[in-house]
Amino acid sequence: MAMFESLSKRLEGIFSNLSGQGKLTEDDVNAALREVRIALIEADVNLKVARQFVERVKQKAIGADVMGSLSPAQQVLSIVNEELIEVLGGTDDKNKLDLSGAPPNVIMLVGLQGAGKTTTAAKLANYLRKQGSRPLMVAADMYRPAAVKQLQTLGKQLTVPVYSEPMGANPVDICANSIAYAREQACNVVILDTAGRLNIDERMMNEIITIRNRIQPREVLLVADAMTGQEAVRVAQDFNQAVSLTGMILTKMDGDARGGAALSIRSVTGVPVKFMTVGEKMDALEPFYPDRLASRILGMGDVLSLIERA
Amino acid sequence: QLFSRLGNTVQETDTITDDLWDELEESLLAADVGPGTTDWLIERLRQRVEEEHMRTGSQVQRALREELASLLGPSSSLRFAKQSPLTVILVIGVNGSGKTTSIAKMAYRLSREGQKVLLAAGDTFRAAAIDQLKEWGERVGVPVISQHPNSDPGAVVYDAIQAAQTRGSDVLIVDTAGRLHTKFNLMEELKKINKVIQKFIPDGPHELLMVIDATTGQNALLQARKFAEDIGLTGVIITKMDSTAKGGFAFAVADDLGVPIKFIGTGEKVENLIPFDPQSFVTALFAQE
Ligand SMILES: Nc1nc2c(ncn2[C@@H]2O[C@H](COP(=O)(O)OP(=O)(O)OP(=O)(O)O)[C@@H](O)[C@H]2O)c(=O)[nH]1
Ligand SMILES: Nc1nc2c(ncn2[C@@H]2O[C@H](COP(=O)(O)OP(=O)(O)OP(=O)(O)O)[C@@H](O)[C@H]2O)c(=O)[nH]1
Ligand SMILES: [Mg+2]
Ligand SMILES: [Mg+2]
Repeated sequence: MAMFESLSKRLEGIFSNLSGQGKLTEDDVNAALREVRIALIEADVNLKVARQFVERVKQKAIGADVMGSLSPAQQVLSIVNEELIEVLGGTDDKNKLDLSGAPPNVIMLVGLQGAGKTTTAAKLANYLRKQGSRPLMVAADMYRPAAVKQLQTLGKQLTVPVYSEPMGANPVDICANSIAYAREQACNVVILDTAGRLNIDERMMNEIITIRNRIQPREVLLVADAMTGQEAVRVAQDFNQAVSLTGMILTKMDGDARGGAALSIRSVTGVPVKFMTVGEKMDALEPFYPDRLASRILGMGDVLSLIERA
Repeated sequence: QLFSRLGNTVQETDTITDDLWDELEESLLAADVGPGTTDWLIERLRQRVEEEHMRTGSQVQRALREELASLLGPSSSLRFAKQSPLTVILVIGVNGSGKTTSIAKMAYRLSREGQKVLLAAGDTFRAAAIDQLKEWGERVGVPVISQHPNSDPGAVVYDAIQAAQTRGSDVLIVDTAGRLHTKFNLMEELKKINKVIQKFIPDGPHELLMVIDATTGQNALLQARKFAEDIGLTGVIITKMDSTAKGGFAFAVADDLGVPIKFIGTGEKVENLIPFDPQSFVTALFAQE
């Protein structure tokens, strides 16, 4: 089976017949963008998203002057890169956590099974406490074996309080009761760790809809695994429709997944990425930098190595 | 609409048009089959259309299903020990893929088949990972050998093998911490666990099963390759097939590594583990929801 070559190499191959003079023609651009589309899909960008993205890049690339210092390949790549950064949110303020409501501000974490919600809840608590907040974590997963114990263990490690109720309690009640508890304990941020669920599981989706309506969280964040493939779009759309997401957190970015799912989710739902997680340790939470993800989606180092050679 | 339209299109189209090829390509890519494998399949099919003088869309569809099934290889069941009385199954994979849950499901399945099963809580790292396995053990009525959090997983496995031998267990299933294939130290730790098993059970582990989440995209192949290279794999379990994801990476994984897929996970309950069947997997790839 054909292996995936680096995008820059392939683009250079395509443009190798070109003199490097004049303007980029439609044929040149089309050929190059076919490669870009494949690279995006290889990076797990959704098929439809990749197609729309390439269409937008095409408008910008055709007729662009071929500049002296950049080869046509480099030029196409740089347009692609800029456009990626733009779609991923640029320097948008939406990328920041909003905790400007009356305390306690509630952050609700939702997502598929195993995406990293519980671990992320603890990392967020750790992060917010360092910023001077007093967080409370809430164990609202009554399904997964030892889910409550997992959050309690993390809470103990961080010395962050955890609100929990005995097995069999109703997750909606747990969340509601936790708010009163937060007030009592003078905690100004409440992080709800909900159970993992499939976007097509109606009963489970109704549970988070009820929690959302009852608690009115300031932030409802989708915790999404960076390794997610083509279905990321559908998952995000379904969660967004159910609970009106205010952001997402992209997890497991310490691996070598290219993270194209984030581009898909952002461009289809408009939901901004607010954080990335890069490990299992409690400090492995980072603010989101669109430019870093862009070059990663294009194949790490691709853009850099091209510019170095220019 | 774009998704999973293949079933329709190919049945309804009687001639082989450019549109047909585009639709084929799209359906495969949308199912996470990946550009490399998709290209290869389309090329292969075009060649077969020529050679076999195919004329209709349904012929192409049949050929595609054949090709896909042949990439997956034959179905394959669990391998049991021949030399030793104890079969050891080591379960590995990246974080959150479904290892612990799949172990509970296998334990349930094997006990119902009359095997005496023992579990080893080899994930001593993740918060409450030991409690999670213990709770599963209680639910399915299978004992769990564990130590304290943060103890050496190799020591846990050593203990568990001793216990299995004393108790006369038939099957020992070892849970391990989730680890990304890119983490050198964690991959070394896995090699160590593997060595401990081999030291006491020379022909073991009899199964090295990698667990992959069906919602994973193209990274699945990189993961599988690295795990195969570093410790070797005898099989794959694809979990979360009850999601809308199709797990199309399975074709590249099975073909590239020559490793069979043994089970699929279809839910969070102990019964939700079914032996892998290539034909139904291919059918599900094109299923409408
Ligand atoms: N390497 C790495 N592992 C992570 C990261 N975030 C979470 N994990 C791991 O992923 C696994 C799943 O994390 P959890 O926090 O339990 O996921 P969850 O979404 O709460 O899972 P459910 O409650 O079962 O739906 C654990 O092994 C975590 O340690 C990350 O950024 N990097
Ligand atoms: N819907 C669905 N969920 C599953 C399936 N298998 C596992 N899960 C869920 O996925 C989440 C993670 O499962 P675990 O078994 O804890 O995964 P793991 O690989 O052991 O995770 P780490 O030990 O943290 O790396 C849990 O919420 C499970 O209930 C499946 O087949 N379908
Ligand atoms: Mg959890
Ligand atoms: Mg586990």
